[in-house]
Amino acid sequence: MREVAVVAFAQTRHTDHDEGLNEPELISPVINEIKERSGLSRFGFTCSGSCDYLAGAPFSFVSALDAIGAWPPISESHVEMDAAWALYEAWVRLQHGDIDSALVYGYGKSSQGDLREIMTLQLDPYYLAPLGLDQVSYAALQANALGADPDALREIVRRSRADGRANPYALDLPDPGEEGYEVRPLRPSDVAPITDGAAAVLLAAGDLARELAEHPAWITGIAHRIEPHYLGIRDLARSASAADAARAAGVDKGPVDVAELHTQFSHEELIIREALGLPPDTVVNPSGGPLAANPVMATGLIRIGEAATRILDGSAGRVVGHASSGPCLQQNLVTVMEA
Amino acid sequence: MPSEPLVAQHVLEFPGGYTRTTGPVIGRFLTELRDGRIVGVRTADDRVLVPPLEYDPGTGEPVTDDYVEVGPAGTVQSWAWVEEPRKGHPLDRPFAWALVKLDGADTSLVHAVDAPGVKAMRPGLRVRPRWKPESERVGHITDIACFVPEVTTMVSVVRAEYSIQPGRSLARFLEGVRDGIFIAGRCTRCDKVYVPFRTTCPQCGSVIGEELELPDTGTVTTFAINNLPDPRAPEVPFVSAYIMIDGADVPMIALMGDVPAHEVRQGMRVKAVWVPPEERTLSMTNIRWFAPTGEPDVEL
Repeated sequence: MREVAVVAFAQTRHTDHDEGLNEPELISPVINEIKERSGLSRFGFTCSGSCDYLAGAPFSFVSALDAIGAWPPISESHVEMDAAWALYEAWVRLQHGDIDSALVYGYGKSSQGDLREIMTLQLDPYYLAPLGLDQVSYAALQANALGADPDALREIVRRSRADGRANPYALDLPDPGEEGYEVRPLRPSDVAPITDGAAAVLLAAGDLARELAEHPAWITGIAHRIEPHYLGIRDLARSASAADAARAAGVDKGPVDVAELHTQFSHEELIIREALGLPPDTVVNPSGGPLAANPVMATGLIRIGEAATRILDGSAGRVVGHASSGPCLQQNLVTVMEA
Repeated sequence: MPSEPLVAQHVLEFPGGYTRTTGPVIGRFLTELRDGRIVGVRTADDRVLVPPLEYDPGTGEPVTDDYVEVGPAGTVQSWAWVEEPRKGHPLDRPFAWALVKLDGADTSLVHAVDAPGVKAMRPGLRVRPRWKPESERVGHITDIACFVPEVTTMVSVVRAEYSIQPGRSLARFLEGVRDGIFIAGRCTRCDKVYVPFRTTCPQCGSVIGEELELPDTGTVTTFAINNLPDPRAPEVPFVSAYIMIDGADVPMIALMGDVPAHEVRQGMRVKAVWVPPEERTLSMTNIRWFAPTGEPDVEL
């Protein structure tokens, strides 16, 4: 396996409202930040993750290329998924051995529509979508199946928001107060906030990685697994796909200093912690995680970027970035990075 | 830069919706739904998938062509409560989403449950489909309008009508009440005075011959604060009290009035409040209630 590392990470200061920027305007600063920090202006491969339904326009990701500069022509690809999967594609592309760098970015403006109902459109069109089953409702079904302790959920929200307040890129959200249910058993603060934002990661192989970063975050394991879509044939209290991906990525082959988990609902942290088999001393979501900022389609990539940052800055030796996709954690991607 | 943000409304829609082919497996399920039946499909491993899928999610093998009618009743496995339904939701009032394992199925169906309230929801709740009228069913998951809990309780109405007479002793007492006085009876053997008037002594069984008139004043011996409305009471909460009429040996139950409930106390001196003489009948309603006299309390 070819050595590939995260060598740079950049993200926007995420907002809870539409700043009035179009997608290229949103992405451009983080791309430029990567270019400035790395000194690279061209990349062997470019791959992005986004969702046209967030903008309500087909092929909206094509116009985002204006922020990259695609002339002379570049080698480029896109996934209609969280950009963590774009990073996976870029990692695979780097394994070919003919290029040494790959730019990965993701972005989303969920302020523009009704995210809870846009997420209904990802459901199967025969059995689930026609019911109007929205994102918070199916998450609440999973929370109830788990039977999560309300105090444990509240503590996850409190910790995430406090960490988010200390993170200049995340939203400033208060400690959770008295609140009713959004969809019982989930309360509004159990649900990741509506967020606009973007992020970018630079991957580099071998010697280029050593040249670009003092402490490259070497990807020693990366894997993703998916399970059946229909909610009624899954054990929603567990994530078999996250556990399989963690095993394949080798999470249990060493200590985990920091884990950044793509948990958009507080109960998901309990499920993913168990699936990944994280030791109790692992620091989870020190950035605040998705409960403090959730720029949809960039959130998973940010998990990898935030985890990698702990190695890039020399403060951690072994970290995990987790990303998820689909209803009720249907698909999970686990990345292990080491100094 | 304009001072106000420029905002345009934008709709993404395929007018009339996409026409999707169902394939034979989902098509069979939807056809049966239109006919008011729910079917699952059997896998090679002898599991029944509801709703049916083309391939066994456990093995990837094609399912068999053995369709099995399931339900219509089923058991709630997990649920989530929606207090404020969205526009696209199947019900326009609070409802539950649920994973329902239909009888005979090995997997659960996601649908809505029209329950009277969140307290009605629990794992294990038995539910049945509420179908759309046959004329409106088109072969769609929403041909089942929703599920509803099975019947576990019912309301049974009890009502019978009677003509009753008060009996001689009470009739005699009510004659007094009509005239604004309390008639009591005294057992000469026990030397006890009873009000309302009675014709036999409850203690020794002797016939009571002696009538006497008592004043309409007395003392509260004990009381209760009632929080359920009663047509005879002035308001809620109201106080019903045992009142020892002056000169009597047993207390009489009566309403309290003209005093806040929390000020009523044992030993309080009270006096009957009568309706005006022209409104009086042979009835206890002649006494509105007892009200405090303002005299010092009595040591009981």
